[in-house]
Amino acid sequence: MSLDIEQVQRIARLARIEISPAEAATARDQLNGIFGLIETMQAVDTAGIAPMSHAVDMVQRLRPDAVTEADQRTAFQAIAPETDAGLYLVPKVIE
Amino acid sequence: MKWEVVIGLETHAQLQTKSKIFCGASTAFGAEPNTQADAVSLALPGVLPVLNREAVVCAIKFGLAIGAKITERSVFARKNYFYPDLPKGYQISQMELPVVDGGSLTINVDGNEKTVRLTRAHLEEDAGKSLHEDFAGRTGIDLNRAGTPLLEIVSEPDMRSAAEAVAYAKKLHELVQWIGICDGNMQEGSFRCDANVSVRRPGDPYGTRREIKNLNSFRFLEQAINYEVQWQINEIEEGRKIQQATVLFDPDTGETRSMRSKEDAHDYRYFPDPDLLPLEITEAWKAEVKATMPELPQAMQQRFTGEYGLSAYDADIITSSREMAQYFLDTVAVAGTASAKLCANWIQGDLAARLNREEKSIAEAPISATQLAGIIQRIVDNTISNKIGKDVFDALWNGDGANADAVIEAKGWKQITDTGEIEAIIDEVLAANQKSVEEFRAGKEKAFNALVGQAMKATKGKANPQQVNDLLKQKLTG
Repeated sequence: MSLDIEQVQRIARLARIEISPAEAATARDQLNGIFGLIETMQAVDTAGIAPMSHAVDMVQRLRPDAVTEADQRTAFQAIAPETDAGLYLVPKVIE
Repeated sequence: MKWEVVIGLETHAQLQTKSKIFCGASTAFGAEPNTQADAVSLALPGVLPVLNREAVVCAIKFGLAIGAKITERSVFARKNYFYPDLPKGYQISQMELPVVDGGSLTINVDGNEKTVRLTRAHLEEDAGKSLHEDFAGRTGIDLNRAGTPLLEIVSEPDMRSAAEAVAYAKKLHELVQWIGICDGNMQEGSFRCDANVSVRRPGDPYGTRREIKNLNSFRFLEQAINYEVQWQINEIEEGRKIQQATVLFDPDTGETRSMRSKEDAHDYRYFPDPDLLPLEITEAWKAEVKATMPELPQAMQQRFTGEYGLSAYDADIITSSREMAQYFLDTVAVAGTASAKLCANWIQGDLAARLNREEKSIAEAPISATQLAGIIQRIVDNTISNKIGKDVFDALWNGDGANADAVIEAKGWKQITDTGEIEAIIDEVLAANQKSVEEFRAGKEKAFNALVGQAMKATKGKANPQQVNDLLKQKLTG
């Protein structure tokens, strides 16, 4: 499997990363290099082995259901670019 | 040619936890903006999610209640998209290994039972809220809701009409409240549905579907599906193809309209979240959760039709909430199993109607199960007629008296059962209504009913109607 320039540009747009045509070409070559590595690994027989979702073979620790966080809105909003009436303001989002 | 409608629902149920799914911020509704948005909710650099045990317990309860398989090791995944109310740039959800796998729910539409299969249910976090008005061309973001635990419940495309979709949504709504995992408050967004709708010719493969987002009332769900189905049929009959799309329902116009450009839709690039290890649910944990669960509505329905002789319809209504089922059980406990059917009639009849009219829940009913049972006992032992029973009900509702016996005594409503006394009243009625008597003897059946009415009136409703009937018949024909 390999990617073409259009696919690389589409992924960049989904990730909101602005790339120039030259950068897109470099990214395509690098990504295809990674696909090459994966293809090499595909040669290993993995029949009967459960897919691994995490590098550590442990299970999730859980916390009790308790409210432990106090309101720190003033502190958080002091570093926000723009706020009004307790809200964080962002450029208008239109669907 | 006929069209077949195919509907599947995705329902988001907000789980009743005190704190958020991955952090210790409060989930209480209605707080001042961003006062419940801590560092994790804001996605400040360096924060890590820690899973709330209670959210998992809710998911286990749901899985057990629908007869699903609970995944032994489920995995959290990142669903990537950009929107200002999602500061991390991804939503933590579950993709390939959801916590609840399969299961089913039985619905009842027009007396027909149908089983709707569930695909899955998974845990995820809610996003924040965007406010588009009032900020001089800016959008205001409130992240209090960000990180609230949700259970997304996905059905198979098993429903064939808006009525079936509504019946399924209502059944699910009843169930999540019954097992205490969701408060079911649709106005506050605690329970909301997305409907996947398509049409096809019977026997054909599924048509292209459009997804109607964020329906927060059963009425809107029904209206939106009906509109969408008609729209799709018109499109196809006019030779156009349906494009896969996400649409919004506008309650003001009753129409659905397309919302998102399709090119980026469903390209969320899911991958396992490296911040969260697999969630392990052991047999022991499942058993522990199961032990805390109430008897399920379906089991109770079977008990009510079997032990108490209720019809399937009555049992379904009585088990529409735990509170109502408990009220019924409490009433029967006093009135006796033999009167169970009468108890059910009173609860879903007079009591439900009165509660509805005064917009009260059954927990707020001014008349207790014991008081209602008292009325039913006096009807069963013929102390009062069913009609007087309603007057006693009104009196107790309004607080006039502690119980049925006290009300009956104070108002002098005891039924007249002394045959001699009734006969004397009937004689008077016959003497005063000679015209009706002659009409009856001339073969007019209606005249008999008029005489019964007069006699009942003369007794102020305190005579047993059957007894009056019998005695009157005796006197007229004998």
